[in-house]
Amino acid sequence: MIHPARDTAAKAAGAGGTVRTQAITTSDDVVRARQLARTLAVECRLSLVEQTKLVTAASELARNTLVYGGGGQMNGEVVHRPGGRGVRLRFADDGPGIPDTELALRDGWSSGTGMGLGLSGARRLVDDFDLRTAAGEGTTVTVIKWTH
Amino acid sequence: MSERLPILRIGENLLVSIQVDLDDQTVLNLQDDLADQVVKHGARGVVIDITAAEIVDSFVGRMLATIASISRLLDAETVVVGMRPAVAITLVELGLSLGGVRTALNLEQGLAILAERSTARTAQA
Repeated sequence: MIHPARDTAAKAAGAGGTVRTQAITTSDDVVRARQLARTLAVECRLSLVEQTKLVTAASELARNTLVYGGGGQMNGEVVHRPGGRGVRLRFADDGPGIPDTELALRDGWSSGTGMGLGLSGARRLVDDFDLRTAAGEGTTVTVIKWTH
Repeated sequence: MSERLPILRIGENLLVSIQVDLDDQTVLNLQDDLADQVVKHGARGVVIDITAAEIVDSFVGRMLATIASISRLLDAETVVVGMRPAVAITLVELGLSLGGVRTALNLEQGLAILAERSTARTAQA
C-alpha cells in the first residue's frame, strides 16, 4: 500500500453508476480499455486535459496488466463524493506481482523493455493511486481522477 | 489486430498521419516501415502528424523518439507536428519531454523546417 491517506479517500468514494469491465488479454484490449476510460471520462464530464491524463494513465496501466501481469482486467465506473465526481479504474492481474514497489514506482526503473515511466508516470497523472501487490500474488492498481 | 499505416511521399519527405487509436504492434510496424522507406526513397525528412491523436502514452512517445534517432542515422530529419495542448501537458507530467524530437505546430510549419534544412544543405554543398 503506497498512500494510506489516498487509499481511504478511494474507499470513501461512494458507488456511482454501473461498473464496466474490459478484459485485457491482447494488445487490442489495451486499445479497448483506453476507449472505455475515455467513455467514462466523458460521462463524468472531466475537462479535456483531465480526460487526456486519465486515458493516458489507463493506457500505461492496461499495458502493464498485459505485459507484466500476463493479462487481467480493468473495471471502471463513475464515482461520487461530496462536491465532485470522478472516474475510478481498477486494473487487476494474477501475474507474478511486484516484489519491490518502491523500486517499481521510481522513474526510469523498468523490469521489461519499457522506459520505466508506466507506473510512476500513471501515478502522476491521476489524483488517487493505490497499488496492492506481493510477489506471487498478482497486482491490483486502483486510480481515481476527480473533477476539479 | 495490428495494421500498417500508409506512408506518403511528398518530394524528398515522407509523411505519416496518425489517425487511429494505435495498438502497440501497429506502432512498432510504423517504426520499421519508416526506416525502410527513408532508405528506399533517400528521404531527407519525415513528418509525423499527430493532430488526430487523442493521447500519446510512453509507448508512442518512445516510438517518436526512436524514429527520430533512426532517421537521423539514415540522414533524415524528423518533425512531429500537430500535438494537441492537452497531449503536451500530459506528456510532460508523464515524464516524457521528447528532448531529441523536433516539433512544429502544424504540417505547414513542419514542412517549412525541413525545406530550410534542405536549403542549408544545398548551400553548404
